[in-house]
Amino acid sequence: MAIENLLARAQEISSDAERVTQAHLRKVTLPGGAVLGLITLDNGEDHTKPNTFGPRSLLALDEAIDAALADDEITALGVTGKPFILAAGADLTSIAGGGADGVRVVAELGHHVFRKLGEGGKPSFGFINGLALGGGLEVALHCTYRTVMDSAPALGLPEVMLGLIPGWGGAFLVPNLVGPEAATTLILENPLNNGKTLGGAAAYELGLADAVFSGADFLEQSLLWADAVLRGELVVERPEVDRGAAWDAAVERAKGIALAKTGGASPAALKAVELIDAARDGDRDAGFSREDDALEAMSRTPELIASLYAFDLVQKRAKRPAGAPDRSLARPVTKVGIVGAGLMASQLALLFVRRLEVPVVLTDLDQERADKGVAYVHAEIDKLLAKGRINQDKANRHKALVTGTTDKATHFADADFVIEAVFEEMKIKKSVFADVEKVVSPECVLATNTSSLSITEMAADLEHPERVVGFHFFNPVAVMPLLEIVKGERTDDATLATAFGTGKALKKTTILVNDSPSFIVNRLLGRFMGEVGRIVDEGTPVPVVDGAFAGVAPMPPFVLLSLVGPAIALHNNETLHGAFPDRFYVSPALERVVAAKKASYYGPDGAIDPEVEELLEKPSDPVVLDPQEVRTRVLTGLADETRRMLDEGVVVAAEDLDLAMITGAGFSFWNGGLTMLLEREGLGKFH
Amino acid sequence: MTRQLREVVFVDGVRTPFGVGKANGQYAETRADDLVIKCIRELMRRNPSLPPERVDEVAVAATTQIGDQGLTIGRTAALLSGLPQSVPGYAIDRMCAGAMTAVTTTASGIAFGAYDVAIAGGVEHMGRHPMGEGVDPNPRILSERIVNPDALVMGKTAENLHDRYPTITKERVDAYAVRSQEKTAAAYEAGKIQPDLVPVATKSAELGWGLATTDEPMRPGTTMETLASLKTPFRAHGKVTAGNAAGINDGATAALLADEETARELGLPVKMRMVAYSFVGVEPEVMGAGPIPSTEKALKQAGLTIDDIQAFEVNEAFAVQVLAFLEHFGIADDDARVNPYGGAIAMGHPLASSGVRLMTQLARAFEERPEVRYGLTTMCIGIGMGGTVIWENPDWNGANA
Repeated sequence: MAIENLLARAQEISSDAERVTQAHLRKVTLPGGAVLGLITLDNGEDHTKPNTFGPRSLLALDEAIDAALADDEITALGVTGKPFILAAGADLTSIAGGGADGVRVVAELGHHVFRKLGEGGKPSFGFINGLALGGGLEVALHCTYRTVMDSAPALGLPEVMLGLIPGWGGAFLVPNLVGPEAATTLILENPLNNGKTLGGAAAYELGLADAVFSGADFLEQSLLWADAVLRGELVVERPEVDRGAAWDAAVERAKGIALAKTGGASPAALKAVELIDAARDGDRDAGFSREDDALEAMSRTPELIASLYAFDLVQKRAKRPAGAPDRSLARPVTKVGIVGAGLMASQLALLFVRRLEVPVVLTDLDQERADKGVAYVHAEIDKLLAKGRINQDKANRHKALVTGTTDKATHFADADFVIEAVFEEMKIKKSVFADVEKVVSPECVLATNTSSLSITEMAADLEHPERVVGFHFFNPVAVMPLLEIVKGERTDDATLATAFGTGKALKKTTILVNDSPSFIVNRLLGRFMGEVGRIVDEGTPVPVVDGAFAGVAPMPPFVLLSLVGPAIALHNNETLHGAFPDRFYVSPALERVVAAKKASYYGPDGAIDPEVEELLEKPSDPVVLDPQEVRTRVLTGLADETRRMLDEGVVVAAEDLDLAMITGAGFSFWNGGLTMLLEREGLGKFH
Repeated sequence: MTRQLREVVFVDGVRTPFGVGKANGQYAETRADDLVIKCIRELMRRNPSLPPERVDEVAVAATTQIGDQGLTIGRTAALLSGLPQSVPGYAIDRMCAGAMTAVTTTASGIAFGAYDVAIAGGVEHMGRHPMGEGVDPNPRILSERIVNPDALVMGKTAENLHDRYPTITKERVDAYAVRSQEKTAAAYEAGKIQPDLVPVATKSAELGWGLATTDEPMRPGTTMETLASLKTPFRAHGKVTAGNAAGINDGATAALLADEETARELGLPVKMRMVAYSFVGVEPEVMGAGPIPSTEKALKQAGLTIDDIQAFEVNEAFAVQVLAFLEHFGIADDDARVNPYGGAIAMGHPLASSGVRLMTQLARAFEERPEVRYGLTTMCIGIGMGGTVIWENPDWNGANA
């Protein structure tokens, strides 16, 4: 697009909704006498609202750069940000709107503006004084030189996570600056690793900056460094990039990452590989033009919309759980009781003591079991100490807070929150709560870690059923971010608020679920595994089924089944079958596998275990589906279950199902969890 | 045990450029603690042979110890400067002589053997913390007439000093002020000030980041005529104006002090050797007279006379206070040995920081004039005091001349 047209279109698509990042140009005379045109990016807000680049912000920067380039007194340019922030990248709302050519305009405009920093005829310096993500890092990448603050919290190019590519120069400049291997880490591997970012010191190590300075006087030292460079006292040397075999190897690695992490289902990941590969030509014009095309192409993919939707879920909805009562109703939790001292209970004890730092009492039927639970927690704390994750004082404090006893009457009396993790059977759980109720205060929250049983029924015979709430963690408890908070019919707001407050303190993503069989994740995965089991039982080979879900689930279904354990999977299917016998299938083959105590469908060689093969159904009239048919049939089942769950009011909205599947089952950003995928495949309408 | 006093030396001193303490001043959006942190880091950078863990104390002065000048500023500044956690710190207040007191107090600790190396400095962001912010004077000051209320308004104490020295005319103080501006401009021109300045990045929401590299209060080209036209805000038809006094300023300083043997062992420079120091109280309402008795006392302790002193750094809180000092000791208003680079009237006087600026400049004078053996730094202090530190030039060449 011609420059005039581009600028005119940019004006047209800009909107008053944009929080404009101003570009203040100020002449700074360096001690050596040179005048630097220092541009400060500042949207006028504090560090909680980072600078971003929408059309107006880009135009403001354009104007500042032009003014600096036109001023004969200015010999070099600098770009830095308001305190703690350079910029957090493109204003994503400006990408969502903006008309048919909106993304193209924003892509080309970014290139047009940023390129002047590197190609405007004056040397330029990017002073990375803090957070620099996406376009916020790219603006510095265009500069001739860069310095970075050692304590900058997050540098990165997370675009691929969002279904985009670093399209304001990143995909071309980074491989040419730091080589394709490091570029793959930055552009592909880190974004697909939950959006991992780099600290300032690590970014310097990677070669993203030419110098690193302390936060105490970062800008002063950066300016003095620039002065030395401009005076020729300091010559910046960067390692030569190997454009031969090393480039091929890096691209191979990139392909491997894209396939392993996305099953080839994320167009953005594949496009990123392509761009890293192509950047080898070192041709800026061609490289930036490829980025424009790629951004435009990505903007037309449903995966982009799904990714932005998913990003919004984990960034915003996860922090403000829908339907949670006002947090002012929450009661303080100053002591926690745990009924049971088995592995699950011990994991819970470890989590509670590390996050809440209050006394945690494990109880079991005999002292020996209780002691074993405490010993587990102590051993885990020692491991953290050995790894340097906590210091000795912290380890002492946490260990001292965990005790084990058989005497609930004495030790639960002043607990505010008691959670049970005993055998998954209604009768046992009811009797545990009845016992506990005798010794705790009337307000003490009684939480259950049940994965499937009815909260309402569990509370029914208690004197204070309003204090019972479901608190469903996922295994392993320390790692999985999701916590389903289940509201029984009589659960009151104070209890619910306390549960949400506790979940937040445990640093979990909390989602409100109405009491229903197996809640969200286990119900949807149960339906998924039920459909899959039925298809195999009807005659489709396991490997065909396992090959049908690339890009949908984080791993093939029978690999997942082996990971969670066939017995647990069977139990979940049975529970759901009990609740909804017409829809949830219990596979006789799976029953036999469990009975044979097989831990996995696959043998160590990666092939189906011959003993398991023997146990599978041998239908007389096998129905063999192809992968596409498998996929469609299973997704159709999931669409049916999703519709029912929304109709039943299991969650407040479809967003909660998606957030749960992303954080609890590892479903993908580019599918928006689940519902965006289902809609895309024409299997229903959920929003 | 037998205890031996040790020689205390001034290793190095730096400061920020000083700013005008106004809403549009260069440090209007810069924190006070950050100013002194830049100085501490610059000291450490300039003296790389000093292992940071060898710093035994960080004493930082501020007159108004609240907000960004509070929170035990010596300790927090040490931590924020990246010094090891094992390095302690504390806060000091003796109004205008804060940094000077930080120096003498840590020097005493060095002489006693409690420290080998110490950092002493001061900061005052008068734009953020105007003199008297948050004070609550005891009502007995008035009811029992313990202190003349004039004592709390420094300009009034300067007018009172004119009463005591009737020969010091408005013309003399203005002429002194013009010379101060001229000398500072010349010193900048000759590059004699800049080497001891640490540049400070200045934040401005409106303008973006800038870089402070010079003293903002300077008014080169000031003439007798311009000064004559200024108001005398402290007394109708008085003599004290904004032109013949230091202003309302922001800035920080820091110095590195050490036991002489330690300094030599670590390969640190020895710029001055401390000879004696003294603080003396005077009538609070004539606080500008303070340097006279404090200098007499310090000279007596050192066994020296005023004739032995060949280099002077006298703080220019007010021109009248410098002239009263010179008149008392029989030194001419324009004696070249006094404030050769100008002083606070041109550069500024961020209260608690100024003491170290005087020392840094005296050290530079010693370096330039090896024929000088002794010099002194002196200043008047609010609430009626004077402070004087006498220093010896380690590079004095007279011994073998």
